[in-house]
Amino acid sequence: MTSATTGWRGVASEDQDELPDKVSGLLRARSRRLLGDLLAPHRKGIMVLTAVIIASSGAGLAIPYLVKVGIDAGIPPMLRGEGTGTLLTVVGVILAAAAAQALTRQAFLKMSGRIGHQILLELRRRVFDHFQRLSLSFHEKYTSGRVISRLTSDIEAIAELLQAGFDGLVTAVLTMAGTAVLLLVLDVELGLVALVPLPILLLFTRWFRRQSAIVYRRTRETVALVIVHFVESMTGMRAVQAFRREPRNQEIFERLNDDYRQANARSMRLIAVFMPGIKLIGNLTVAAVLFYGGWLAFHGEVTVGVLTAFLLYLRGFYEPMQEISQFYNTLQSASAALEKLSGVLEEEPAVPEPRAPRPLPQARGEVRFEDVRFAYVESMPILPGLDLAIPAGQSVALVGSTGAGKTTLAKLISRFYDPTAGRVLLDGADLQELDEPTLRRAVVMVTQENFLFNGTVLDNIMFGRPGATERQVREAAQAIGAHDFIASLPDGYHTDVGKQGGRMSAGQRQLVAFARAFLADPAVLILDEATSSLDVPSERLVQRALRTILADRTALIIAHRLSTVEIADRVLVMERGEIVEDGPPDRLVAADGRFAGLHRAWLESLS
Amino acid sequence: MPPDTRAPRRPLLENISLWRLRRYLRPYVGKLVFIWLAAIVGISASIALPLVGERVVDGPVRDGDSRALLLLGSLALGLGVLEALLIFLRRWAQIGPVLGLETRIRDDLYAQLQRLPMRFHGEWQSGQLLSRATTDLSTIRRFLGFGMLFLVMNILQLITVTVLLLNMYWPLGVLVAVSAVPIVLLSMRFEKRYIRISRQVQDEQGDLATLVEESAIGIRTIKAFGRRHHVFERYDEAARRLYGTSMEKVRLSARFFTFLEVIPNVTLAMVLLLGALAVGQGSLTLGALFAFTTLVLQLVWPIASLGYILAMAQEAMTAADRVLEVLDTVPEITGGRGRIERPRGHLRFEGVEFRFPGADRPVLHDLWLEVRPGETVAVVGATGSGKTTLTALVPRLLDVTGGRVTIDGHDVRDLELPELRSIVATAFEEPTLFSMSVRENLTMGRLDATEEEVDDAIRTAQAMFVYDLPWGLDTRIGEQGMSLSGGQRQRLALARAVLSRPRILVLDDTLSALDVETEALVEAALREVLREATGIVVAHRASTVLLADKVALLAGGTITHVGRHHDLLAEVPEYRQLLAQDADLDPSEGALR
Ligand SMILES: Nc1ncnc2c1ncn2[C@@H]1O[C@H](COP(=O)(O)OP(=O)(O)OP(=O)(O)O)[C@@H](O)[C@H]1O
Ligand SMILES: Nc1ncnc2c1ncn2[C@@H]1O[C@H](COP(=O)(O)OP(=O)(O)OP(=O)(O)O)[C@@H](O)[C@H]1O
Ligand SMILES: [Mg+2]
Ligand SMILES: [Mg+2]
Repeated sequence: MTSATTGWRGVASEDQDELPDKVSGLLRARSRRLLGDLLAPHRKGIMVLTAVIIASSGAGLAIPYLVKVGIDAGIPPMLRGEGTGTLLTVVGVILAAAAAQALTRQAFLKMSGRIGHQILLELRRRVFDHFQRLSLSFHEKYTSGRVISRLTSDIEAIAELLQAGFDGLVTAVLTMAGTAVLLLVLDVELGLVALVPLPILLLFTRWFRRQSAIVYRRTRETVALVIVHFVESMTGMRAVQAFRREPRNQEIFERLNDDYRQANARSMRLIAVFMPGIKLIGNLTVAAVLFYGGWLAFHGEVTVGVLTAFLLYLRGFYEPMQEISQFYNTLQSASAALEKLSGVLEEEPAVPEPRAPRPLPQARGEVRFEDVRFAYVESMPILPGLDLAIPAGQSVALVGSTGAGKTTLAKLISRFYDPTAGRVLLDGADLQELDEPTLRRAVVMVTQENFLFNGTVLDNIMFGRPGATERQVREAAQAIGAHDFIASLPDGYHTDVGKQGGRMSAGQRQLVAFARAFLADPAVLILDEATSSLDVPSERLVQRALRTILADRTALIIAHRLSTVEIADRVLVMERGEIVEDGPPDRLVAADGRFAGLHRAWLESLS
Repeated sequence: MPPDTRAPRRPLLENISLWRLRRYLRPYVGKLVFIWLAAIVGISASIALPLVGERVVDGPVRDGDSRALLLLGSLALGLGVLEALLIFLRRWAQIGPVLGLETRIRDDLYAQLQRLPMRFHGEWQSGQLLSRATTDLSTIRRFLGFGMLFLVMNILQLITVTVLLLNMYWPLGVLVAVSAVPIVLLSMRFEKRYIRISRQVQDEQGDLATLVEESAIGIRTIKAFGRRHHVFERYDEAARRLYGTSMEKVRLSARFFTFLEVIPNVTLAMVLLLGALAVGQGSLTLGALFAFTTLVLQLVWPIASLGYILAMAQEAMTAADRVLEVLDTVPEITGGRGRIERPRGHLRFEGVEFRFPGADRPVLHDLWLEVRPGETVAVVGATGSGKTTLTALVPRLLDVTGGRVTIDGHDVRDLELPELRSIVATAFEEPTLFSMSVRENLTMGRLDATEEEVDDAIRTAQAMFVYDLPWGLDTRIGEQGMSLSGGQRQRLALARAVLSRPRILVLDDTLSALDVETEALVEAALREVLREATGIVVAHRASTVLLADKVALLAGGTITHVGRHHDLLAEVPEYRQLLAQDADLDPSEGALR
């Protein structure tokens, strides 16, 4: 499997590279719906915009005509000595038209820019918010790199459309429609000949749309893989360098980058065929009109003047096609992106918010598991059937060998996942009936991995309770014994913790994370290995603090260091997802079971 | 925050930035020449086509010459096909160079980022790096692929037409030429402001990407505290800031673009007025004026589109600047030339000092420590005392700022980096795993490990759980190993370090997430491994300390005591404080003992 560049990713339960692709018709409907939804609030603006651009194009198209009028009608009177009145009037009108065009155009650019950026902002907000709503199980499959690629490169594809597209499209369509009418008015027969290729054009465009839908989707997918690999290697750079993985990483990256290049090349090849194809159709039409028109002119069926005008306008008809096909191209790229984004937006959170949430004004903190079963992967149950009641205010220690399912149990109380069967209850209410704010106010978990955000120590602790004052933050830090180390940092509480907490030592990160949870002041506090990286004196300080902190709240403490267990009222021993022992610590020690064994081993390890 | 991303740059330098990327186009010189030729011929064809049309109407049709009609008509047909063909060829030929450029710069950027030391990565947000590797590179690609072609074509067309006009009737020609002055002046002013603002937009996009990344990686913490709204607000604020800046950019370019359209139109009116007067005076014929205005009309579009293309050019320049900012960073940690033939793993810290950049006091100073081949030393110190920093100095993830670290008498800075890093392997305090197969994670340090060696390492780390995963060793583990339990992650990271069979094995508090029984098993197995290798074991617990032959106490940034565990326990009060569970414990707290 370590061969070349294939097997390295390994196998996962479903290859969740992308969301499961449903029928492609559905995809397009769903992105259309999203687009309509995004445009809806701007309906009025778009109408005004269309009016403005028509005015602007009108003024712009009038200028060449006015120049001709100036020459034809302004100069002869002047030569006849009748004064420069007409000429000056025409020049005046030209200047006025230029001014009008400039003003309307500026208004148009600003307005369309505003609408475009507002749509982008809205899209960013929506997708970001939705990602945050989606449950952990989604994120585990989707990975952060893909989240990032959706919110950066896909959004940019749409931005390109909004910024460059509309302007050219409207002008082009207007010119084309106007010209088509003119052609037909000039000479119906010749006009029809000139418009004969239109169906061919439509067929050709349809071919392009079909092809490009596939190609651009591939582009979005490959760029996402590039981003995923990029982000992951940057995040794990320490291990990459320490284990000399650079060459292998480079190999993989170049391979992914090349896939992306190939996808891009395919789309560019498609355009390389499409754009000149349109041009070819236009040019062939010009030639056909030339032949046919010439033939008609021979037979006196059209005048030379009409033919001249015809040829002139015909260019005006096919020239904007280029613009339109360019627009079409950005549109295709954007719609592939939109397809991905709408897919995300339609993803339902696996842990849904209740429709009619149950109020729980003041949580007491009683937790109950009723025949709870849980599995991450269907075939491998982690909790085979768990019944457990933790009365309000009790401090429970959860011990057991690694991989037993302790963290899983804690995550179920925090409702990171919903059980496959059975119920988890807080104060008698099924967690699925509580809305998010209620649940999170009541239950807070310090996870095994202490993630810190960019920002200061203060910001990070305050994350536990955004409205807190600096004094409350200090008190929280003091309570768990983190104050001293924070105060000794260069800028105290205002010290920047660095990228993802990189400027703190592991233990310091843990203390900050702990202070954060303490500040949140929940009814149920879950500590998952919250002191594992601390030195003994700090750990002891934390434990001492816990005695007071936990006096009036429910706590679930997961720890391998049994020193933490001493402060618990009750110990649960977990093996393979089942509670095998349950009781007050001293009784379990005396009972000579699993816990007694663990405890003996622990005492020995202290020597 | 990267220290100088927002530092304003002089436009001159930026020009050079983009220019400096030309070496990526070098392999494609032939193709590029072809592309430009195709572009020029294609444009000529597109100019010639309407002329032929007019000729047809003026000549054969008027005269009723059907043979000439056929001839000229065929010419028009031929030109039409030729134009389309040339566009096709140009676009087709462009694919290679344009994408080649983008792909190769991205590869190089990635390679450079892998070379840059941890210090760089600690300072730069990945979002900023990512936006350079994606958005900025496609901006450059678009400009070099299309924008530049049009820019040059437009300017050529402008110059040609202006020269034609000057030849036709110089006073009016001068008028047209003079109208270029405000355009140039304004373009220059616009350029300055546009560069600043497009740089700001690009930086803000990077910031936004950083926030997205953080919100995705920190999703567990966000969920654990139910801080969805808080995080959203932060993002929203940044997104609105980007919106504001983008709107500023829109306003700026709207003004500039419309200005570029007004100027030729006003010029046109002036030409008409003055031309008419000239006709009145008889110094210009009516036909000439007609031709003159027709030509001036042809200038309107190239000038108007100049604004858009110039904006594109400036964005490409700032993008190139941002990319080069990374490519130009000189890696502070580069390997030496030395190799050790048969490394024994004799490690010495000689008066080592280490100071984080910008810190006023060193984290480590006057640090002396010797670990003989095969010996294992435990490093014990309080939280934040500098243990991790000390271990990072050996494989040069960080470099000493004073003194030196030697292996078998060689300064680590004199050794080749891959060589050095194959001598030392570290199991970090954070497991740092990747979302790839278990096997790939394990064999990172030794791609050629045999099945047995992999098995051995797994057994040593007590990581046999990997065999029970759905696809065994081929199972992909979640991002950062998140589909494993905490203890499983740690054991996998341990197995990875053991598997690379280093002469020097560094274990940075790697048993902290294990239960007591598993820990005992791992320790027993590790003892075997450590018998052969030199070991540094960072530990907070007495049990782990016992893995070592001797203990070094790290306090106040230096090693104050070295000795055997029991001796230190008995003699050094600080050490007792740190390690003894029962030190100064009041009776009520020792209830369980
Ligand atoms: N996100 C996940 N996807 C799939 N499997 C998982 C996931 N998280 C955990 N597991 C598996 O579930 C089992 C229980 O994991 P859990 O994290 O609950 O263990 P734990 O008791 O907390 O162990 P530790 O003490 O090592 O932290 C493990 O076998 C683990 O591999
Ligand atoms: N990138 C950095 N910039 C500035 N200071 C840093 C940086 N990284 C770490 N520090 C500081 O250096 C000190 C030593 O950190 P280090 O990670 O070496 O501690 P440690 O002994 O490993 O602690 P722990 O037991 O908690 O892991 C800490 O006070 C920390 O705040
Ligand atoms: Mg766990
Ligand atoms: Mg450390």
